[in-house]
Amino acid sequence: MADEALNLSEKKAEFREKIKELLPEGNLNLCFTCGTCAAGCPATGLENMDPRKFVRMIALGLDEEVLTTPWIWMCSLCMRCIYACPMKVDIPNMVGLARRTWPREKRPKGIIDSCDMALRNDTCSAMGANEEDFQFVVEDVAEEVREEQKGWEDLQAPVNKKGAEFFLNQNSREPVTEPDEMIPLWKILHLAGADWTYGTKGWAAENYCLFAQDLENWEKIVRVKAKAVDDLGCKVWLNTE
Amino acid sequence: MQDPCQLVRKSFGDPVAEDMRFVVKSVVGEENFIDMTPNMSNNYCCGGGGGYLQSGYTEARHQYGKMKFDQIKNTGATYCIAPCHNCHSQIHDLNDHFDGGYHTVHLWTLICLSLGCLGENERAYLGPDLAEVGL
Ligand code: SF4
Ligand code: SF4
Repeated sequence: MADEALNLSEKKAEFREKIKELLPEGNLNLCFTCGTCAAGCPATGLENMDPRKFVRMIALGLDEEVLTTPWIWMCSLCMRCIYACPMKVDIPNMVGLARRTWPREKRPKGIIDSCDMALRNDTCSAMGANEEDFQFVVEDVAEEVREEQKGWEDLQAPVNKKGAEFFLNQNSREPVTEPDEMIPLWKILHLAGADWTYGTKGWAAENYCLFAQDLENWEKIVRVKAKAVDDLGCKVWLNTE
Repeated sequence: MQDPCQLVRKSFGDPVAEDMRFVVKSVVGEENFIDMTPNMSNNYCCGGGGGYLQSGYTEARHQYGKMKFDQIKNTGATYCIAPCHNCHSQIHDLNDHFDGGYHTVHLWTLICLSLGCLGENERAYLGPDLAEVGL
């Protein structure tokens, strides 16, 4: 703790001004320090930080502390704080803006790598699974169920079925590491009589570019996926993530 | 059951949380369902969201998740249903890390189990008490 009082007149508060400009609905000035946000935030106390403190530090212009603390990566952007806040102070978006001020190479490598990997092909898979591999795994697993499970001789796991009602996304973890976990989902869709399909393009549910706050590439990925849904003429885009 | 932030608080709110409870109670029996407190839109995040699982801040992620872990333990339940991928990974990992003694299952597993159509290789997350049921 500083033993001298902070001299706020020396602070430039550039981040505060940036928030006011980019997040005019963020209600930064409405915070009355009640602490409701901090009381219900599981990230409270990590890195000696909490959401109320974060907001106060922005308001006081303590830019250096606010923009260097790794705490912004320990907030899960869960939105419980803004949900509970009587003044609807938009803390999660302020955390997002703080993430964006970090140089890309300084942001957590695992998140950046997952974002980059998803940009490598049109599947958008953060684990790098390509179109052929995905289709092969799905068809192979479905075939095995049809052959080996009594009563499931008709089970379908359609890929690229034009005009299906539902376009289903799938988290990469299943096709890549535990494909059998997809079967219960297919069975439920079958029993419900759903008209659904996967697409070889845009099937991966995850989008780490959002968490990396690489918004340009986040949008790129969303557009690849939306186009895949449109190209198959599906009505509903279902994301199981 | 975990109310995923993404599905409940951030997207469809309490109505979808009610729908999930209808499904879960139909599947496991009303008397076997124990809610966490707080829940629905007020629920605490598990700590798997926002890129946390890939961020490399593992110790912080466990500390963050301790709140969720305690919430789960306080129900006394032996199964936690996690109807979201990130939640499932995180809650499963919290059990390993803090030695919780509960099982973490996908909702689809329990739906198929109750319908009597859960295959032999689709039971990776069931405990020994349910692993053979309906085979
Ligand atoms: S809940 Fe809202 S008003 Fe209260 S301290 Fe937090 S940000 Fe400020
Ligand atoms: S969004 Fe971040 S600051 Fe707000 S409650 Fe969730 S973890 Fe805490």
